[in-house]
Amino acid sequence: MTTTQTPALKRVAAMRERFADRRAARREGADDDRGIVSAFDLRRRGVRAGMRGVHVFLFAGLVIAGLGPILWLAKSAVTPTQDTLTQPMALWPNGIDWANLSTAWNDIHIDQYFFNTVVIALGAWFFQLFVATTAGYALSVLRPKYAPILNGLVLATLFIPAVVLLVPLYLTIVNPPLVGRDFSLLNNYLAVWLPMAANAFNILIVKRFFDNLPREVFEAARTDGAGPFRMFWSIVLPMSKPILGVVSVFAVIAAWKDFLWPLLVLPNPAVQPLSVRLPAVQSQTELDVFLAALAISTIIPIAMFLVFQGVFLRSAGLGGAVKG
Amino acid sequence: MTMTEQAPPDEAAPPAGRPPVRDARAPRRGIRSWIRGGGLSTLIFLLPMLFVFGVFSWSPIVQSVVMSLQVTNLLDPPEWVGLDNYIAVLNDPLLGKAVLNTLYFAALALLFGFPLPLFMAVLMSEVRRGKGFYSALAYLPVVVPPVVAVLLWKFFYAGGENGVFNTVLGWVGIPPQPWLQDAATAMPSLVIEATWAAAGGSIIIYLAALLSVPPELYDAAEVDGAGIWKKVWHVTLPQLRGILFIMLILQVIATAQVFLEPYLFTGGGPNNATITVLLLIYKYAFQNSLGGDYGEATALSVMLAVVLALFSWLYFKLTDRWSTS
Repeated sequence: MTTTQTPALKRVAAMRERFADRRAARREGADDDRGIVSAFDLRRRGVRAGMRGVHVFLFAGLVIAGLGPILWLAKSAVTPTQDTLTQPMALWPNGIDWANLSTAWNDIHIDQYFFNTVVIALGAWFFQLFVATTAGYALSVLRPKYAPILNGLVLATLFIPAVVLLVPLYLTIVNPPLVGRDFSLLNNYLAVWLPMAANAFNILIVKRFFDNLPREVFEAARTDGAGPFRMFWSIVLPMSKPILGVVSVFAVIAAWKDFLWPLLVLPNPAVQPLSVRLPAVQSQTELDVFLAALAISTIIPIAMFLVFQGVFLRSAGLGGAVKG
Repeated sequence: MTMTEQAPPDEAAPPAGRPPVRDARAPRRGIRSWIRGGGLSTLIFLLPMLFVFGVFSWSPIVQSVVMSLQVTNLLDPPEWVGLDNYIAVLNDPLLGKAVLNTLYFAALALLFGFPLPLFMAVLMSEVRRGKGFYSALAYLPVVVPPVVAVLLWKFFYAGGENGVFNTVLGWVGIPPQPWLQDAATAMPSLVIEATWAAAGGSIIIYLAALLSVPPELYDAAEVDGAGIWKKVWHVTLPQLRGILFIMLILQVIATAQVFLEPYLFTGGGPNNATITVLLLIYKYAFQNSLGGDYGEATALSVMLAVVLALFSWLYFKLTDRWSTS
């Protein structure tokens, strides 16, 4: 822009700006979800520059903090140990060592632990879904007289910090009640699956979802002679896919993340999941192979996130809604 | 937390509501009509929940109080010892250290981890394009399994000039830091990783909450001549205060039970600088060469739970006046 502007040029520039503003304002009005910064604020040059700065800051910050460590892990998984040790931040390694991945998979038995993790996650998913849907159905749709008491008992467990359960629950697994003294659930996957199924949060969100289903549908089904089991299987469950997706995501991710509990109740390395084995094998594993093992362990959760992004983010927001 | 308990709908009158009939067959008829009224099938649907909660939640909660008053070693029958476990724990010289460390962790986590997600969420809610992309990036660290994240960061924190973070610091002329190896920097290092791992979840929750701020309030504030900062201060933050209060107490409760980071990063070291209450409970119960001291472990967990409950009660009492609900 030249410093010597004629008044006419100035007027044209001002007009052009006003038109641009009006267009921006119309666009704003179209999507209707306005935030703190209004179209009026955006008219000021400082604010517009500031918003551009916010964009740059968010992009750079989130790429470095969110994506950076994961990209670094991906690179280092196929980089020879020496390169990673001497130049950890080099963008391009001197050589690519794809063999790291297969060494980790075969020689460190990551294949075995990976399989164990999948089994744990699938079982936890099944039991959590089973308990949450049956209980939610009974408490919300069938609604016996004593439902409020059970509701209260389930809700109360939400307020008990998990640490209180640790030792007594462990002893319950070592020596389950009502069965012989020689029987123990140690090294049995049920020891992970069943305690995870006692999840009050799941029951709470499933029950809330069922509460909001239209009662008329149930009445109509009842008139048509559908019993409680048929109604559960053919009417309530098919109507509840969104919430089942949310519970599924929570269940699988929680099972994949769990560390302390499987460490305690699965002492046999042959049945342990990745989260327990990774710290254990670290000292006897070469760095590049170990980083490859870390990368392999991250693939499934990241892939699940990329595929079911919407469900993940909605679930996370829902967690807040329930808390609020 | 608002639970709307509706009264049970007017289904078939339950047996209890009938006038008592002095007849030998009455109870049987009661059971039969209970079954016909759907009582049995309701119970069948409740059984899975009753079983898993009974065995793996309700009974262990009761047991933890009982066990804290006993000496248990799995072989002999448990022996009642009154408050001996509590006294033993309170006399443990490590307890003070663990409590102080846990408070330090919680305070640092609040300092780093509480304002940051709010700040990011407010910025993210203001950008017109790429909101979904930014949310996904922010949430990515949350899906990385925590064990992987800690082991990866442990490598990032490697001392010496060739550590990952020390290399980056070297670019801007800062000398290498000892990170996990020094008692002074170990705890902040743990908190930085924990903040990285958890911030995404809070950001998404705040983003959802920001959507529910009624736009009319901003319009009204503008009519009154409020600029951007005034709108943040007088509209956005007051509208979020309910969720902010909840997130704060939840974060305190979570950080009071921190285990993974100190266990995997430092094992409580160096020189017990990162031993936390939960690590101490773990040590009592599972790292004892003389067999698990389950009584002391449960005594300490019960004490922690009581302290947390009292704190939450006090917190809600104090914030009740300012909270929206």
